[in-house]
Amino acid sequence: MASEVMAHSASSSRTVDPWTPVPFAVRERKSETPDTITLVIAPKARSKPLLFSPGQFNMLYVFGVGEAAISLSGDPESSDRYVHTIRIAGKVTKALTEIPTGGMVGVRGPYGTGWPVSEAVGHDVLIVAGGLGLPPLRPAIYEMFRHRDRYGRIEMVYGARTPKDLVFYDEIQGWRARTDIRFQTTVDTAGREWYGDVGVVTTRLPDARFDPEKTVAFLCGPEIMMKLTGQALEARGVKPESIWVSMERNMKCALGLCGHCQFGPDFVCRNGPVFRYSDVKGYLALREI
Amino acid sequence: MSDRPHAPPPLHLAEHPFFREMDPDFLDLLKDKVHERPYHTGDLVVREGEIADEFSLIYSGKVALEIGVADRPRTTIQTLGPGEVVGWSWLAPPYRWRFDARALKPTRTLALTAPRLRALLESRPADGYQFLMRLLPVIAERLENTRLQLLDLYGV
Repeated sequence: MASEVMAHSASSSRTVDPWTPVPFAVRERKSETPDTITLVIAPKARSKPLLFSPGQFNMLYVFGVGEAAISLSGDPESSDRYVHTIRIAGKVTKALTEIPTGGMVGVRGPYGTGWPVSEAVGHDVLIVAGGLGLPPLRPAIYEMFRHRDRYGRIEMVYGARTPKDLVFYDEIQGWRARTDIRFQTTVDTAGREWYGDVGVVTTRLPDARFDPEKTVAFLCGPEIMMKLTGQALEARGVKPESIWVSMERNMKCALGLCGHCQFGPDFVCRNGPVFRYSDVKGYLALREI
Repeated sequence: MSDRPHAPPPLHLAEHPFFREMDPDFLDLLKDKVHERPYHTGDLVVREGEIADEFSLIYSGKVALEIGVADRPRTTIQTLGPGEVVGWSWLAPPYRWRFDARALKPTRTLALTAPRLRALLESRPADGYQFLMRLLPVIAERLENTRLQLLDLYGV
């Protein structure tokens, strides 16, 4: 029963039997883009609070189809549900996006390391997201908004392929309107109906206002985007150990056993997905990794 | 006090990042080759196929670089803002713009007359070299960014 297998703390709220998915029901579905949806899921049985750290992921299981690692994209304070934003990338993710409201999904997790939100306290924070890199960062964003006074400047840059590929579209309009943070959006190409910025995310960094010596940066997106953004931030004076990246690899066990997600000396599922950039930047340049 | 609206302060070449800390003597020679060009939202700054006869420096506003493809709506491939330059088609034959540039909001630029600028760069090789060494990183960065856009990273 779910109430027996979920614990209180974020680190121990995962299933007791790590191999057995816990049945959850889809409570809400929201279409984000033509190929991306957000699912709100809750345990089918009574459960202890569903705690997680921003940046962690769950293994979502579509019974009879397969399992995929999907980052948590909701508010960590909402402990009665998990929120996942899923883009169709293969058989399992396609099946996940097709689960109707009320349908069942299996959950193992949460797993992995999170964004070091507490380490950013007292610092300027720069968040750079590309494509589906925004959902894994959203829990950290909620956390920082909730305790806005603990941080210096908060600058966010979000890049997507086209305007219609921007996820959380309505929500980011609210973020853009906030006066206590700065949120820049840029897309790779656009039609004339788009009056925002066009260009890769690194083109927006010169406009970002932060003190390089007291900035913590969170990067999530395609690896080459994180690599180039890391280089640009280092050139601007941000310490590589103050830059954090979320890596993505094909995961199977999520327990650090099977080796599918090996990344250099680490397993992304166990040692990541959030890594210090200074620890992994050498591997980002290696084509064999 | 005057009821007239305040005129915006004049723009100076030396204050644009492209020319910052460039030899003042060289900048003096450019003074009579430069014109301020304000644009309203939607105005074309340059038009694809037309003679590229000016080098434009953006001081405020936003400019979209657009490419037209047959049977498809015009596509914005890059936006440019304060501190950036519009392009370099004026520098190399056949001196014709390869894209449209359109103001997305009220925009102020300074435009240098291209034939006179080319002649000056040719007659002063040292300054011409300095000028090209400032333009080359702009070209290289846009080429790299275009390659990244071609990779369609977010679509993978």
